Amino acid sequence: MDITLDQTVVTSEDVVARVIEDELIIVPLVSGIGDMDDELYTMNETGRAIWSRLTGEKTLRAIAADLAEEFNATNEVIEKDLLGLITELVRRKMVVVQ
Amino acid sequence: MSEAVNYVQKLRPHEFKIWQGKKPLLGQIDIELTERCNNNCLHCCINQPEHDADAESREMSTDFVKGILTQAAALGCLTVRFTGGEPLLRPDLAELYLFARRLGMHVILFTNARLITEELALLLAKYPPGRVVEVSVYGMTPESYDRVACCDGAFAEFRRGVDLLLKHKIPFIVKGPKLTFLQGEQEAFETWAATIPSMEKLPGYSMNFDLRSRRDDPLKNARIAKLRATPEETVAMLSRTPLYLKDMGQFCGKFMGPPGDKLFNCGAGHGTCIDAYGNAQLCLPLRNESTVADLNKVSLKTALSETFPAMREIKAANPDYLRRCARCFLKGLCEQCPAKSWMEYGTLDTPVEYLCDVAHAQARFLGLLGETEHAWEVENWKERVASFVDKNWPEGKRSAEELKA
Repeated sequence: MDITLDQTVVTSEDVVARVIEDELIIVPLVSGIGDMDDELYTMNETGRAIWSRLTGEKTLRAIAADLAEEFNATNEVIEKDLLGLITELVRRKMVVVQ
Repeated sequence: MSEAVNYVQKLRPHEFKIWQGKKPLLGQIDIELTERCNNNCLHCCINQPEHDADAESREMSTDFVKGILTQAAALGCLTVRFTGGEPLLRPDLAELYLFARRLGMHVILFTNARLITEELALLLAKYPPGRVVEVSVYGMTPESYDRVACCDGAFAEFRRGVDLLLKHKIPFIVKGPKLTFLQGEQEAFETWAATIPSMEKLPGYSMNFDLRSRRDDPLKNARIAKLRATPEETVAMLSRTPLYLKDMGQFCGKFMGPPGDKLFNCGAGHGTCIDAYGNAQLCLPLRNESTVADLNKVSLKTALSETFPAMREIKAANPDYLRRCARCFLKGLCEQCPAKSWMEYGTLDTPVEYLCDVAHAQARFLGLLGETEHAWEVENWKERVASFVDKNWPEGKRSAEELKA
């Protein structure tokens, strides 16, 4: 599935996101998300910044613009990284493209 | 933002060390949903009758358990173990299970599998517990199982429950008590266990059975004491695995040495077990009223951050304990602890003779003690442990050298 910057994305109800000791922990709720049922996921600072914006209110392009300002990087770099991450999260059924 | 960043890191629970020193207040919580059980096993330390109305009436309500789970999640808890009694006797088990999963917890379910239904198996398949279900097995034939469980027809229900877990591909492991009259079934048990997809090693056995943890039944205690493995049987069972000596070398390199006069030298109180009536215990078997926190009166956070740390400072006063246990270097081999002392004698600091005998038998088998020696009288224990570690766990040489130092 090709994901474009004009789409909006929300986090999936099939995972539970928790913040524990300043770490974002994503716990799969249903089967088939990870390779093993006991897997957990954690994200680095940038991943967290993206995850928190996946509310379906802004397009990926708008999120990339926000992040470019926050991280003092070019839109081009951010958009490439963002699409890469979203593609990975979609594959793992952790987010849903609207 | 940067090039080729790995934004997402995948971890298995045993690898989960991202906190590095600032870990949450609570990693795992045990909740005994009931002390009632549909089995009445000969060796059980806790079970109450399935239809005990008094016990049932005092059990935590659904909302109370949910409140505890919510508090636990807020403290960072990632895993809950539902145990009992038989937790599946609770009609709200599925509701509590799903509630815990939706809080982002993994669930460990201890069960005898007799009450597994198609509906529950489907639920576990759709919302995997994240940890293997642990099924206790009490025999490989209807005759032996029902004799241990003291319940006609129990074996058939157990097999039906296990078949449902297999049918729906729910990962589970099996374990069982080592009882003399099940001796002839051990091979059949282990052969069958090896066919279970998620069994990665031999089944675990319980054999040094605890007495009644509520000190409620002297007759049952007398029966349990007779069913316990002798020290020699314990050593024979433990040492049958090929890696036993290496494992013990590694273990002894880390966990041997006199504990001193502090009673709690274990992990008790760093986590908690909630009993069926809403009391937070330092550990699962320690039910002495002076060491529990009533969660009707205090929060889970208060229990963990204030009540338990104070309890962990309790020191032994029993002269016999101070003469023996406090000075004994077999700490890592011995199951002596306040919970065991409480179950056996009703105090927190009485040496449990049975456990002392088991630990000494193991130490003699390992060559750490002579036939007539008492471990608390050995002065050169560091040299003995270091030599044992050197011989059986060469990779741990540094530990051995540290011990010598």
